[in-house]
Amino acid sequence: MNNHRTLLLMLFLFIVGNSNSEQIDNSKVTFIPQWLPQAQFAGYYVALDMEIFKKHGLDVQIIQGCPERPSDKMLEQGKVDFATMWLSTATQMRARGVKVVNLAQIIQRSSIMIIVKKSTGIVSPEDLNGKKIAIWRSGFKLPFNTFFDKYNIDVEIVPIQSSINLFLWDGVDAMSAMWFNEYHSILNAGLEPDELTTFFFPDYGINFPEDGIYCLEETYNKNPRLCCEFAKACIEGWEYSFEHSDEAIEIIMQYMYKAKEPANRAHQRWMLNCIKDLMHSEKGILEIGKLNRQDYEYEANLLKVSGYIDSIPNFENFYRNCLNNEKQ
Amino acid sequence: MKNSSIAYKMILYILSCALLILILIMWYNYSSSRQTMFRELKSNAGNLTSSIVNRIETVLQAVQKVPLNVAYELNNFEFTKEELIVLVKGMVANNSEIYGATIAFEPYGFDPKQLYFSPYYCMKDDTLSFTYIGCEDYEYFYSDWYQIPKILGRPIWSEPYFDVGAGNIVMSTYSVPFYRTVNGERKFAGIVTADISLSWLQELIASMKIYETGYGVVITKNATIVSHPDDTLIMNHSVFSLAEQIGDTNLHNVGKAMIKGEAVFVPYKSIYTGKKFWQYIMPIPSNGWSVAVLFPEKELLADVRKLTKKLLIIGFVGIILLFLMVNLISHSIAKPLTSLAKAAQKIAKGDLNAKLPPIKSSDEIGQLTDSFVYLENELKKYIINLKETTAAKERIESELKIAHDIQMGILPKIFPPFPDRPEFDIFAIIEPAKEVGGDLYDFFFVDDNNICFTIGDVSGKGIPASLFMAVTKTLIKATTAMGMTPDQVLYKVNNELCQENENMMFSTLFYAILNLITGEVLYANAGHNIPYYISRDGELRFLEKTQGMALGVIENVRFETKKTTLRKNDSLFLYTDGVNEAMDINYNEFSMERLTKTLKPLYNESPIEIINKVIEEINTFAAGVDQSDDITILVLKYFKGSRD
Repeated sequence: MNNHRTLLLMLFLFIVGNSNSEQIDNSKVTFIPQWLPQAQFAGYYVALDMEIFKKHGLDVQIIQGCPERPSDKMLEQGKVDFATMWLSTATQMRARGVKVVNLAQIIQRSSIMIIVKKSTGIVSPEDLNGKKIAIWRSGFKLPFNTFFDKYNIDVEIVPIQSSINLFLWDGVDAMSAMWFNEYHSILNAGLEPDELTTFFFPDYGINFPEDGIYCLEETYNKNPRLCCEFAKACIEGWEYSFEHSDEAIEIIMQYMYKAKEPANRAHQRWMLNCIKDLMHSEKGILEIGKLNRQDYEYEANLLKVSGYIDSIPNFENFYRNCLNNEKQ
Repeated sequence: MKNSSIAYKMILYILSCALLILILIMWYNYSSSRQTMFRELKSNAGNLTSSIVNRIETVLQAVQKVPLNVAYELNNFEFTKEELIVLVKGMVANNSEIYGATIAFEPYGFDPKQLYFSPYYCMKDDTLSFTYIGCEDYEYFYSDWYQIPKILGRPIWSEPYFDVGAGNIVMSTYSVPFYRTVNGERKFAGIVTADISLSWLQELIASMKIYETGYGVVITKNATIVSHPDDTLIMNHSVFSLAEQIGDTNLHNVGKAMIKGEAVFVPYKSIYTGKKFWQYIMPIPSNGWSVAVLFPEKELLADVRKLTKKLLIIGFVGIILLFLMVNLISHSIAKPLTSLAKAAQKIAKGDLNAKLPPIKSSDEIGQLTDSFVYLENELKKYIINLKETTAAKERIESELKIAHDIQMGILPKIFPPFPDRPEFDIFAIIEPAKEVGGDLYDFFFVDDNNICFTIGDVSGKGIPASLFMAVTKTLIKATTAMGMTPDQVLYKVNNELCQENENMMFSTLFYAILNLITGEVLYANAGHNIPYYISRDGELRFLEKTQGMALGVIENVRFETKKTTLRKNDSLFLYTDGVNEAMDINYNEFSMERLTKTLKPLYNESPIEIINKVIEEINTFAAGVDQSDDITILVLKYFKGSRD
């Protein structure tokens, strides 16, 4: 329990030592995903291991994400060149003056859901009124607030870290979950899908696109080609992962072992399949990796209305369509 | 099969029967030993599993007591910072099972100035190590070990987790909430914990010797695998993720039973390895985890299989011995039978000296052979006898033939008998039956102008009849003399025949004399069929009846002579009852009606033609049926002076 700190310090020093110059070498770049290695980031690890980055003229170092090392902070502080973040996080950063730019929108749809056990008798959003709901304390609250407001319900929020145990032990009535992660973990703890009721946010019209690839505008301006090559390599890594899922899962498993994370192929396969699904827009009209203006504006408006931001950052300034460079 | 030998059938039936019995015994033996084995196994497995559960439970309960006692103290007494640290140190130092311990307070709960207060001791490499838990990066209030018992309001064993940095030790924490009474109100104040390393659990499970390849598995309340012979599964997989990964629904179901806390003994076949197991599942009461002990079926049944294998070998050796024995016996039966069959065929073909197999035993085969010998001898005797009998019979037959020939010989056979006499035409025929019969006919001149003709039938058949017939014929010829009327002749002949007639033989007879000049016919009848008168103009009638009975019956019987006159071309048709009584296959008689009908159109024909026609009709009627009596016909046609 007391070891997190030491580890963090060591890693911190390591990272600072490597990237304090702010100068981006034409080929050497650093990248941090927003969480520990798992199939949610398979595309990046695969791009690294399969030398897709190298093919694009990049020497990428992936810094392992973890709760103690939030990717947004790392990017803001210039400790990394590239990072993945939720669209909402990046929008807020841009609105408060940290000039981040979106190079590619990876996850087009929200994977957030609220899960209840059928035994609670909860069948509709309204039934959640007055119930205890476990929600990540470090997470982004807006989707939940939007959901609760939409159905005019008042809930008792129990902030949790990331474990599903409180829910499994009936310490709460409901819990927040990512479709690709906690939902499957709950199934793996022995609950059957038909024992659960799920409220998958996109089904309720609440769509917050999640993981996107970001860098600082400054970085982008210095070498737009390099930034876009990075984004393209990432997309290529993802495409490779979906085409060679066994290989991709094997790669990500190795990173998980290295990170001493609990890891199993069943869960990673589930996650990879979910991400593949989430990378495609609901209507199926968008190309992979593109940020849809409507999605951006829907979310930015909600952020503004909810007081998270004062003004909506300009879409053109925020989004660099790296995947369509030829046309620009 | 129909043509298969006895040996083949015996081998087939007896061996298949024996084989069936063998298989049934084997199956019964296997399944009953298997059942016995399983009954024993179930009880042994239950004992083994519950002993493991008990050992785990004992450790857990011992560990539980420590934080429970500390929580009790904290509920009731105030402690200084130093005292708390000593208390925590004592928890770890005095209890070898406890890896680490802390007393974690609510935010600002111990010191209003301090957000975190959680002194932590743990045993690292056999030395006590101290630290304070709680910092910006480790807000312990949100950890499972703190948050869950706080919310549930009761002590819990946490799901196991890696203590990052402490060297891959999987541990589980027993957390007991403690409370303070502030202003008379009981308020949650913090959590006392005791960590246990799960390595002892893994070692305990690994130390179990469960046949060669049996093993134990421990999963938590939430199905996480915490002990398994495959280290890579520990903490990485839950039973259900493993089941999903290898696509094993059996495993999924087993997992369900385990997390429900069931205690059962169930079969389990791993899809992954294809191996069959019997596993005992039993829950650990304190933390709701579950232990599964897997017994490999193949090894469990090794003894039963070995025994069955031995029995099978014995059984098959037995079957082979049985085969040899059956083969031997069946051949010992079949071989003499085959030679007997061959001998029987030879005997049937007449070789009564055919060699029979030697009689070796007094069993059924011996008896049968004996019977064959007896049969052969009896047949020989019979044949000899038969030869003699046949010779005798042949001799008799030849004598009979001679008698017949003699009989026939004494009847006039040459036609026309009197070619120089144009006044009449006479023709007679005798168709003898198989046996020598007693019919007779005769004709002879009494003088130049009178011709005597007669027809008769002696009773009975054979030699006596033919002799009697010869006698009668001779007597008639001898008695007939000039001037005697037919009744006088018959009177005399009758009296002669009655003499010495011990056999009571008799003869019917029609006797007539024709005067060739006048055409006048004198006749008498001794019980014979009355002849037909065939008139030249087509009229057909019987002669008038006369008084009289058969010759040789009663002496001095009177006969009567009657007279009729033949005109030119009139005929007389004399016959014996062999004619009208000739039978067809259905025993219908030829009958007088048919005879009359046959004769009616023949009035213009010559005697030979008439006779041939009648005979032809009779043959057509009888259609090949053997005649039972002589058929004798005599026809006389009168031409008066000449045949024109």
